Amino acid sequence: MSIDSVFVHKMWVDHEISKMVKKGVPYPMLSDVGGKVGTAYGVFDDVAGVETRGRFIIDPDGVIQGYEVLTPPVGRNVSESIRQLQAFQHVRNSGGTEATPSGWRPGKVTLKPGPDLVGNVWKVWKTDMERD
Amino acid sequence: MAEEIKAGCARPTGGLVGEEPPGDQPTEAAETKKEVKSMVMIGRKAPDFMAPGYFQGKFINVHLSDYLGKWVLLCFYPGDFTFV
Repeated sequence: MSIDSVFVHKMWVDHEISKMVKKGVPYPMLSDVGGKVGTAYGVFDDVAGVETRGRFIIDPDGVIQGYEVLTPPVGRNVSESIRQLQAFQHVRNSGGTEATPSGWRPGKVTLKPGPDLVGNVWKVWKTDMERD
Repeated sequence: MAEEIKAGCARPTGGLVGEEPPGDQPTEAAETKKEVKSMVMIGRKAPDFMAPGYFQGKFINVHLSDYLGKWVLLCFYPGDFTFV
């Protein structure tokens, strides 16, 4: 979503993005002319008149589980967004019984918070497990 | 004579001549405005919206609430053709 019109979105896809992504953009490119939606989410820069690089993970109940906001010159990391999405999905599917430690990826050990785990995280999770 | 704009990652914008850029000399009004501006909170409902969109060759209207029951990654960005 940006403050560009849907016509500009189409031109951008036709003239540039289609040269990088063969079938075009696989999700809707939304238009927020005036920045009202961006303002509601706290990512509209009213001095520059544009949205900042805000990214929100919204769960199936419409609840915001996480966000990240960057200034314009630095791009996001898509694989980190997917990692977070997978972690939130795992936690939700566990019914809240599991938590994912730092650097968790699917297949890695999760934590099961409870009285027995207090002071004992070191037994099940090592710092080198943070890295891939 | 019009000066050339150096293309950067921020979308070039204009403004009224003589208008002071907000932030240089914060006025009382500007400070009050800053207080009401806020970030959404994690764990709370995402504000629902309706927005026009471009998708696979068609112009469509999208409601965030259309996606209830699915996971959504909502991304804002400064503008089309802004390099990053």
